[in-house]
Formats: sequence, structure tokens, C-alpha cells
Amino acid sequence: MGPLPAPHDIPLPLPVSPLFLELAIVFLFLIHILFVALMLGGSLLTVAFEIRGRRRPDCDVLAREIAATVTVSKSLAVVLGVGPLLVMNVFYTVFFYSANALTGAAWLAVIPLVTAAFLLTYLHKYTWDRLAGAKGLHIAIGALASALFLVVPFVFLTNINLMLFPDRWTSVHGFLTALVLPNVVPRYLHFVTASVALTGLFLMAYFGRAGFPAEEVFREFDRRALRRRFASVALGATGLQLLFGPLLFFTLPAVGISWALILNILAGVSLAIVAIVLLTREVVAPGARLGVRYLATATALTGTVVFMAYGRHLYRESALAPQRTAIAARTAEFEETVLAAQMRAKAGIRHTKAEAATSPGEQVFRSICSACHARDTRLVGPPLTEIDRIYKGNPAGLIAWVKAPGKKRPDYPQMPAIKLTPAQYQAVAEFVLAVPGTS
Amino acid sequence: MDFPIFHLDFAGNRMLIAGIAVLHVMINHALAVGAIPLVTMMELHGARHHRPDWDRLAYRTLAVCFIITTSVGALTGVGIWFATSLVNPAAIGSLIRVFFGAWFVEWIVFCLEVIAIMAYFLSWKRMGQRHKRAHIALGAALSVLSWLTLAIIVAILSFMMEPGSWLARRSFLSGVFNPLYLPQLAFRTPVAMLAAGLFAVGLAFFLTRSERELRAQAVRLLSAWILAWTPFALAGGLWYRARVPGWMRANVPVALTTQAYQGWYRDVAVALAAMAIAVLLIAAWGALAPRRLPRAVLVLPFALVLVMLGSFERVREFIRKPFVIANYMYANGIRADVVPLLQEDGVLAHATYVSSRTITPANREEAGRELFLICCTRCHTTSGVNSVLAKLTNLYGPRPWDRNVVKGYLRTMHTVRPYMPPFPGTEEEAGAVADYLLALRRMPAELDGAQTAGVRVPADVAAAPGSR
Repeated sequence: MGPLPAPHDIPLPLPVSPLFLELAIVFLFLIHILFVALMLGGSLLTVAFEIRGRRRPDCDVLAREIAATVTVSKSLAVVLGVGPLLVMNVFYTVFFYSANALTGAAWLAVIPLVTAAFLLTYLHKYTWDRLAGAKGLHIAIGALASALFLVVPFVFLTNINLMLFPDRWTSVHGFLTALVLPNVVPRYLHFVTASVALTGLFLMAYFGRAGFPAEEVFREFDRRALRRRFASVALGATGLQLLFGPLLFFTLPAVGISWALILNILAGVSLAIVAIVLLTREVVAPGARLGVRYLATATALTGTVVFMAYGRHLYRESALAPQRTAIAARTAEFEETVLAAQMRAKAGIRHTKAEAATSPGEQVFRSICSACHARDTRLVGPPLTEIDRIYKGNPAGLIAWVKAPGKKRPDYPQMPAIKLTPAQYQAVAEFVLAVPGTS
Repeated sequence: MDFPIFHLDFAGNRMLIAGIAVLHVMINHALAVGAIPLVTMMELHGARHHRPDWDRLAYRTLAVCFIITTSVGALTGVGIWFATSLVNPAAIGSLIRVFFGAWFVEWIVFCLEVIAIMAYFLSWKRMGQRHKRAHIALGAALSVLSWLTLAIIVAILSFMMEPGSWLARRSFLSGVFNPLYLPQLAFRTPVAMLAAGLFAVGLAFFLTRSERELRAQAVRLLSAWILAWTPFALAGGLWYRARVPGWMRANVPVALTTQAYQGWYRDVAVALAAMAIAVLLIAAWGALAPRRLPRAVLVLPFALVLVMLGSFERVREFIRKPFVIANYMYANGIRADVVPLLQEDGVLAHATYVSSRTITPANREEAGRELFLICCTRCHTTSGVNSVLAKLTNLYGPRPWDRNVVKGYLRTMHTVRPYMPPFPGTEEEAGAVADYLLALRRMPAELDGAQTAGVRVPADVAAAPGSR
């Protein structure tokens, strides 16, 4: 047995094959995170270029063009996140929900934080002209949205990291204690840098594409200059990963590390190095058009991302394997005892009924009325002695009251209507009015 | 029982879900499902009569819907996932196992819907008058997609009220085509159309400040839209009401008001009906004499509809009590079929995160606190919304409470309060909860959920061999 008592899983079967769920979690999540990266990186670059735009008008135009892509990527980021969320819910039920609850307040705060960031992003986009005279304010709106976008990944990464280590669950008291677990900050740095790199790569193509009318939009920038500019953004960010990548790897808790994982990471890193070489050449000597070199760079970085994503999944599966086994065993065992207890309960009811020497009226009284009424003291409602004084010789009156009670006494709560069969009403009324010593 | 327990001791967990869900439903019904066909109709009207001012009004109405649905609307949708998985992980986890296919398809439709609404909104000006027909066709396709997301999610909502034959068959289709599905869909669809019409009428006032002629025409057309959908909403509502199981209908008075005010049920019901009639009269006025309608009157119906929609959702949520999934799982997340076992062995014996499996004189109140957290806090707080102390004070008044009386009540309350689940534990455990409640009354203390207090496990397990 592990360090925790294994919780019971939900006993309903998985709705689809685990293979489908594993593929879905890797690939659907990748698509989601791609748009999250474009949203985050786009938001950061928008602010950066708008600030530079105060000196250089072309940079302001560039910032505005990037901002137009952010509102699209942000909508796709959210909607594409729901699918992987659904798969997480069903495939990692116990782990995911437990981590959610343990970081509950911060986890929930994601909703208002992202909503605010989205509304600020719209405000920023649609007030570009109106706030041209108050550029500082306009930049501040964009920067605030970026800051919110930067906070949110901390919550997701903390949660997803905590989920992997059930042995830590008892030592966590709130979000902040989970945030300082060893691997969270390196993962965060790795992710934010990757977002900027991906956005740089995307904007190379977006502004470098053949149909983009750079001459009409910008005063000085042409497509080639733009492409080079974003190639250097992508290069700088990818280069930084040579620092953050190892940091992330060496802070990984040992539980999930395997040779398969290491091979995956090495494959990913080699492709990243290929991309770095290609991007360096693009910066030093940009090609005439968006061509084979770009395609090769994009393919290499896609490969890196896929290897890393798959590696992440391998790590998760091997870190959780022991607890998964324990949970499955405990759930199966528990469901058997549940079934046995149900059988006993069914048999038990007949048993007590046969044995009990009590009248039907007393049975109803014990199981229902006794919650509020006792023989000669007030519990919630009046004692039987008082009821008896009022309804002596009038069981029909008592039954009428029980069916539809009103409120007679100011210092008593109103009695709820009690639904019984006609025979039960009669029996319990007779029982109440015949309790010895009540008259 | 098997998850760390998130708890909000002031607003309550139900309030959290209700707040997010009602906001989401209002936005989804009024600004998406109903609004998209309405905007498409306005665009078509403008194109047919060669009226650029109509086209502009349609575009601006869509702009408001677009910004709100793709921010607050989308995020409250995700928020429902987050909040339900925090508040009742066992329930949402079970629902996902049953409805994974439906939710997955809904997600794909949802992705298409987002892409389509971006295309529809962002291409409005670019496609201009030259490709108007194609653009209107895009609006029509988007209308269908928006409605499909509603059609799928309603299956799940109605399943939670009445699983029907799923309880025996356990198949996906038997879950989807539960007895309440089609009536609820037949009700919600026209209600969404109505709500969108009312929203658009209110909005038209802000968007047509200087164009009085356009305003009068818009009020007339939108009022006609509202009146046209009304009979469908009434018919759907009646069909739905007829299909709600009898035991649930008995809960309606408490659901609509509260336990303390259930005597006012008739008054509240009459007030709601009066609101509906007021809305219709205003719509009729708008259709017949749009120029005479004062401005404030146009904003009022939308506000009233929000009140009605909120009441409808509250009633729907409440009347399925004591269950969260009817006849399968109680509101506290404990399955109905597990209760016999728990009543034999105790909740503490089978719960994962408790500090001790046994009750001793020294830990009675602490054990009671943990049991309260597991069995009661999905609906009750200690002294916030739906406070347990207030409920018991209502019963026992200011006199000292008798521990055994409270214990006795815990074990039988479900027979007299049919919306309460049975106490799932042993008699000894009910006693421990009573001890906790009495202690809480002596010295009220905030009850912290796992999000701040973390979780504890029994000492014998933490020290088990092989632990890391």
C-alpha cells in the first residue's frame, strides 16, 4: 500500500478505450496549448511592440496587427481546452479532482482572472484609436491583460504537478504550499519561453506570407524585415530553453523517470538544436521568401513539442502507476462489500419485521414522528401528552392535521406535512392517542 | 468521501455553482442560442429591404453578443466544469462516465460554433453587400450549431433529474433519451428565442439613439418575434411540467421560495406569472404602437425574464433533492446503494480523508466535524447560507439543545423532510455529529475546506510499511 489510503474510484466503467483517452490527452492538449501559447506570446509581444511604438510608429502598427491575432487565438484556446479538460476528468478522475480541491480557491480564480483578461484584451483592441491620445493608459490596459495571462499558468501548472504526487497531498495546505513544490517554477519558465518561441515562429509566417500587404500597412517594414525580426524572437526564446530545459529535468521528482522518457527528451532536444541552427541562419542571412527553411524549422519544432508532450505523458503514467493499481484493487473490493451489505439490508428488514412485536402504528411513530415528538417532553413539537389532550377521541382530527398542518404556536416551528398510506395514518393516530399514561 | 472536500463556509457550495450556472444560462440562452437566429433574421430583413441602417443595427447587436459570449459566456461554461468538480466530484465524475460521448460531441460542435461565430462576426464588413447571401447562410449555419450545443446539454440536465431506464440498462442512449429530455428541450428552445428578443429590444434603445424611425421599426419587428415564440414556450412549459415526476413536484414550493417561506409559494408563483404577463403586454404594445413605448419599459422585460430564468433554474436544481442524480446518488455525493454499508460500518471506516476511523471520547467533536464535512456541507454551511445552526435553531429554539434529540433527528429527518438524504453513517456517528453541532453552537467556528486546511489520513495508514 502507498503512503495514502487509496481512495475509491467511481465504479462506472470508462466510456471509451483507455488508448483513445491517452491519445486524446496528448494530442488534444497539444492543440489547446498551441493556441494558449499564441495568446500569451501574442499578448506579451503586443505590449512590447506598442511600447516601442511610442518612438517608432511602425512598431505601433505592428503591435496592432499582432493584437488582432490574439483575440482569435484566445477564443480558440478556451474552446479547445474543454476537450482535454473532459478527458482529464474521465481518465485521471481521482488524481485531478483531488488536486483541484486542494488548490480550490486558486483553481476557481482562473475563471474570473481569464474573463477579466479577455475583456481587457477586447478593450485594448477596440480602443486603439480612441485612446491614441492617452497612449500610457492604452499600454497599461494591454499590460494588465498580459499580466493576468502570465498569472494563470501558475495555477494550472501547480494543479497538474500536484496531481502527479499523491504522497504530497497530506502536506499541502492551500495553493501556495502546492506552488512551492520543486518542479512548478521550472515548468512555468519552460512554458512561458516556449510560448514566446512559438508565437515568434507563427508571426514569421503570418507577416511573411505572400499575400500580406506589408507595403500598404507599414511605412518602413517589409515582409523580409518582419520575418527576420520574428525569427530572432523565436531564436532567443528557443535558446533560453537550453537553460530552462535542464532546470526542469533535474528538478523532476524521481518517481516517474524512465529510459523511455529520457530517450523522448533527447529526441526532442536534438530537433530543437536543428531548429536553433536554422533560425540562426534565418537571422544572419534571411532567405528571399518564406520557403523550405521555414518549413524545416517548423517541422523540427513541432517534432520537439510532440516528443516533449509524449514524454510528459510517459512521466505522468509511470508516476501514477502504483497508486492507480492500489485504487483499482480497493475499488473492486469496496464494491463487493457494498453489494453484500445491500443483500444483508434487504434480508434484515424482513427479519426485524417478523421479529418485532411492535404495532404498525408504533413503527410509523418511531421511524417518522419521534424525530420531533416525545412522550412527555417537548423536542421540536409538543409532547404526546399535549397532543392527546387536544385530540382525545378524535383520531380523524389528528389525521387531518398531520396531512396538512398549519402554524398554531408562535414559539414552535411549523410542522411539515407527513405523507403516509391511509392505513398508516389510522394506525399511527390510534397509537398516539393510546399511549399509556397520556390521558 | 473519496475526494478532499472543497468547502465555502460563507456563501455555500450550491451558491457557487448556482451563481456561475445561472449567469451562463442567461448568456447562453439570450445572447447565443436565441440571439444568433435573431441577428440573422435582422440581417436578412435589412438585405431584403435594402436598408443599411438595419444591417448596422444587426451588426452592432451581434458585436455585443460576440464580446460577451466569447468572454463571460465561454468562461462561465468552463467555470461550471471547475465549480462542479470542486463541489461534487463524485457526481460530475459519474455523469462524465455516462455522458462522455455526448459531451465530446458537444465539444466538437462547440469548437465549430466558436469558429463560425468568429467567421460570422469578423467577416461581416469584409463580405459586405456583395456576398450578402453567403453571409446570411453562415448566420443560419451558426444558428443551428448554437442550438445543437443546447440540445446536447439539455439531455444531461434532464438526466440528472430523471435517469429513467438508464438505472436498469446503463446504456448511453437510455441515458440521453430520458423521459424529461424532449419536454425540457421543447421548453428551453422558445424561451431562449424569447429572451434574445427581449435582450435585443432593450439593446436597440442604446444602439438607435438618433434614429427614431429605425427604433420604432426595430421595436415592432422584435416584439412580433417575441409574441410569435410565446405560444411555443407555453406549450413546452406545460409539457415539461406534466412530465416532472410527482415526488419532485412536491418539492416545488420549497424550491421556489425556501423552507421558511414556503407558505408564500402561491404568492411567488402568482408574482412570476404576473411578470410573464407584463412582459407579453409590453411586447404586444411594442408590436402595435412601437412609437408610444417609453424607453425604460423596454429594459424592464429583459430584467424580468432574467428573474424568471433564475427561478426556473433554482427550481430545477432543487426539486431533484434529496438526489443529485435521481435515485442513484444523493446530494452529498454518496451513492444510494452504498448507504446500507455505511450505516453498518460507518462513514469513517470507508472515507479516505479522515483523521481517525474510530470515535473515542477524546475525538468525538473532531470526528463529528469530519463527518459533517463529508455528509452535510455540499448543501449546508455552519453559519452562512443555508446554515445548519439556523436550521436547528428553527427547530429547537433558544433553549439548550439536547444531544440525543439532535442525534435522533439526524437519523430520521429524511422521513419528514423528503428533500433530505438519509444520514449515511452509524448511530454512533450521528451522535458525534450532534456533539459537533452542539460544540459549534457554543463556540461558532469557521469550517475550513481542503483548499485551506488540506487533508488528513488516519495515523495507522500514514505509518504503513512501504510509505515514501
